[in-house]
Amino acid sequence: MKNALRIFPMAALLLFAGTTAQLRAENQPLTVDPTVIQAEQARIAAAAKGMPSVVAIFVPGGQGGGSGVIISPDGYALTNFHVARPCGTFMKCGLPDGKLYDAVVVGLDPVGDVGLIKLFGRDDFPAAELTDSDEVQAGDWCFTMGNPFLLATDFRPSVAYGVVSGVHRYQYPSGTLLEYTDCLQVDAAINPGNSGGPLFDGQGRLIGINGRGSFEKRGRVNVGVGYAISINQIKNFLGDLKAGRIVDHATLGARVATSDDGRVLVSDILEHSDAYRRGLRYDDEIISFAGKPVHSVNSLKNLLGIFPKGWRVEITFRRDGKNEDTYVRLMGVHTEAELLAKMDAEKELQPPGPNPRQPHDRRPGEQPKPGEQPKPGEEPKPDEQPGGKPHPGEEPKLPANPSAELDQAVRAPVPEELKKQFEARTGYANFYFNRENMQRVWKALIAQDDFSHTTGQWTITGQQIAAAPLYGSPVALAQPTPGPVTIHLANAECDIDSPVTPTPSKITVTDGIDAVANQAVLNPPGSGGLLAALHLWRKLLVAGPGKYGQVTYEGLAPVPGHNGLCDVLLAVGEGVETRFYCDPNAGTLVCLEMYPDDETDPCEVYFSDYRMERELNLPHRMEVHCGDGLFGVFALTGFDLQSTSEKAPDQAAEKTP
Amino acid sequence: MDQMALSSYRRRAIRPWIGIAGLINLACLAITVAAMLFSACDAQAANTSDVIREAQRKSVKIYGAGGVRGLDAYQSGFLISADGYVLTVFSHVLDSDTITVTLDDGRKLEAKLVGADPRLDVAVLKVDGADLPHFDLHEAAAGKEGTRVLAFSNLFGVATGDEPVSVLHGTIAAVTSLSARRGAYESAYQGTVYVLDAMTNNPGAAGGALTNLRGELLGLLGKQLRNSRNNIWLNYAMPADELMGAVEAIKAGKSQAETQRPATSNPDHALTVADLGLVLVPNVLERTPPFVDAVRQNSSAAKAGIRADDLIVFVSGQLVQSCNAVAGELRQLDADAEVRLVLLRSGELKEVTLKVADQ
Repeated sequence: MKNALRIFPMAALLLFAGTTAQLRAENQPLTVDPTVIQAEQARIAAAAKGMPSVVAIFVPGGQGGGSGVIISPDGYALTNFHVARPCGTFMKCGLPDGKLYDAVVVGLDPVGDVGLIKLFGRDDFPAAELTDSDEVQAGDWCFTMGNPFLLATDFRPSVAYGVVSGVHRYQYPSGTLLEYTDCLQVDAAINPGNSGGPLFDGQGRLIGINGRGSFEKRGRVNVGVGYAISINQIKNFLGDLKAGRIVDHATLGARVATSDDGRVLVSDILEHSDAYRRGLRYDDEIISFAGKPVHSVNSLKNLLGIFPKGWRVEITFRRDGKNEDTYVRLMGVHTEAELLAKMDAEKELQPPGPNPRQPHDRRPGEQPKPGEQPKPGEEPKPDEQPGGKPHPGEEPKLPANPSAELDQAVRAPVPEELKKQFEARTGYANFYFNRENMQRVWKALIAQDDFSHTTGQWTITGQQIAAAPLYGSPVALAQPTPGPVTIHLANAECDIDSPVTPTPSKITVTDGIDAVANQAVLNPPGSGGLLAALHLWRKLLVAGPGKYGQVTYEGLAPVPGHNGLCDVLLAVGEGVETRFYCDPNAGTLVCLEMYPDDETDPCEVYFSDYRMERELNLPHRMEVHCGDGLFGVFALTGFDLQSTSEKAPDQAAEKTP
Repeated sequence: MDQMALSSYRRRAIRPWIGIAGLINLACLAITVAAMLFSACDAQAANTSDVIREAQRKSVKIYGAGGVRGLDAYQSGFLISADGYVLTVFSHVLDSDTITVTLDDGRKLEAKLVGADPRLDVAVLKVDGADLPHFDLHEAAAGKEGTRVLAFSNLFGVATGDEPVSVLHGTIAAVTSLSARRGAYESAYQGTVYVLDAMTNNPGAAGGALTNLRGELLGLLGKQLRNSRNNIWLNYAMPADELMGAVEAIKAGKSQAETQRPATSNPDHALTVADLGLVLVPNVLERTPPFVDAVRQNSSAAKAGIRADDLIVFVSGQLVQSCNAVAGELRQLDADAEVRLVLLRSGELKEVTLKVADQ
């Protein structure tokens, strides 16, 4: 009471002061520095640019949800694996236009915590602009958008503004799978429900997918430490996700450790890894990976984590003071069975309940135990598992009483039309998309020609030439003497005669490659199996994927010496695996790799210089590698592709000038 | 949640303003101040990334004791001299034979604990070095309500090796005194603090640097403080000028500004723990924390108000981190000398003076 009496005169005084200030303000209009107005407008524009692409994802039946972001007008949207997974196959997606769309799962990356879904109902969905997340620096402004605590029943996302706190962060696996490598750390709010939503830069361009936060004793809400998967990592996986696959991350097949003098050394290596076959050994120092310097164990984990299994990536390692540059094929972190088993284990936890309590977790109000005194003399452990273990965002349930309208909409049945866009198959999130893409690549491959009638013998002639190879050091590679080459490919037998094969080399393929003796598969010697590879190439072109065996679409992967990623068809037939790499723009076959078995270097055949030859688009340059060696570069000039009805070989095969 | 902490702080300042005109007045003022601040910082916007990078170079990660349940084995700090003095908070992390400081360039150096000030809860470490990038405490700036700030720390131990420390942004929401909340927040420090609107004081963040947008040092991020009544965590920093005196004293070889190192030659009749009527916890470890196990009735310790479970932090101005250290400090005092102890009890420091002759 005394306080109140004392305050009263003060309040009166201030009331008076306030009134005079108000009058002053009316007489002199407030002037604001134009740069402030500009900054404000830029911020408004950035939020307005990003917002239309933000998706509010609801688990069918209304049992929780998360966020997402549309990345192309045809409706592909990114979210977290831990958001998409509990949704199952179909989900409901709200957009800021207030409408609810149906969506289907396309691809899943359980390790990287990414899910790709596709929205239906429009062909002009507002899509976010993807930018280069490697350009992001600590201190850059950023926005997180999404549906924290599932507040947005009108689907308009919440916007939080902040700075990037750190880049290229590595976050240890949480649970059995989710590992965040090379991620972005932000102080913009990431709360439960924000999971899967976009991280935009200061211009409203997509730089990441929000998914995780460091939480500790303050409850499972934002404490200013959120993590987003970088969009550059997702770009590497996007092709594989669109293939409808459940994708795996990569490993070198080697363990590394930091030496006392700070070098990153191989401490263990698998002998059946490609890295081992490329010459990497125990105690070698890793200098660079994918063109970036490796300066710590974490930096290598960051660089590895952004690549899908199966990609070929440049590596430089040093032994005895000498650097070795090579390409290494990355192996999967898991076998397919392991990945699926772990995914199922994760499924048990989802929709996510509270995570098992970590050592750092403490419920609100809980006191530290009296016994928790520092242990005197305890050794410091820098660089070890950081404390404050991050958790994937725990997805909230829908509000207890959502609007009846929303509740009904979210529970609406999946349209019949959409149900056709899902096909279950082990190892795939949605095989429908795999089939569609396989057909797309195949159609592009034979767009300009039809090989189906060339069922007779193929005779290809040309010259072995001394030319710079597409990749690899010319010094290290054999450079054979130039001379003529003749290749015959037929249903019964294939042979080759060239300067690099002094005696003609052949294989019998009547009963398929699997019936060929081990050594003969690799004919001609040194090529890794060129005849088998060309036989399978002819088989795919003539018979088509339907009759080849099993042909699936793998996604996008790089090819040494080729700009941009290539569509990959994985063909299993006659007991061997062959990968066909096709240029997505030209539709042409750029490279094929024939793998005699899992632990042998494939025969790599690179085709280029495509020209029309008797109404068929044919490669006039062929380069063959195996392992670290170049088998040869060939200029192909004569193509005689017979149909069975033709009797005599056409000697007048056109020669190109 | 932490916003609520702010409002409880600001209420004292805001209450007199109640009244519509007052609020309008406040709003006008806020807009003007905000406008001034925004324009000031936009001029800086171009080189913010340089400012951040520069401050990160001056920041260090500190690894020491801990790693047991609820206690992290790491904290943050920053260099305050070119030859390797590091300012950080005084905590269990430093209670280790080996303290490792990781510089921004990834170098891991063993650090020596130079000294600590238990009232401010800060400590100074020393690593070997020359020409190191550092903050100069003498050139520190002062912040006020509305000052936009950057906080640099290794919160949650996110950054390892040569990764730069994390940066968070925010605004000074209030400049106030922590003593206002004595009892609610258990803190040894009770001086002026910058209360921040950003979640700066996470695990491992204590000891980090707070700067303005020009990269000038404003203060040191404090330890995590939780209001025991409402479970709200406070985000705050201790202003640099509050720390200057203590740092100078520690560097000069004094753990506390107002104390002097006693004579080093041991007296003939030295003081013992038992003389004071104190029973410490069984000395089972090399560095047993000097907790009081019991106090003899009617002893000088009992008269001075020492209780069981008090932790002895200082003996006559000297930092003591073990039962052995307490005995060692007492050995340097005459049996009838006056001895001053600083005790930690329920998160607060108590200073007591006792004399055996009292018995």
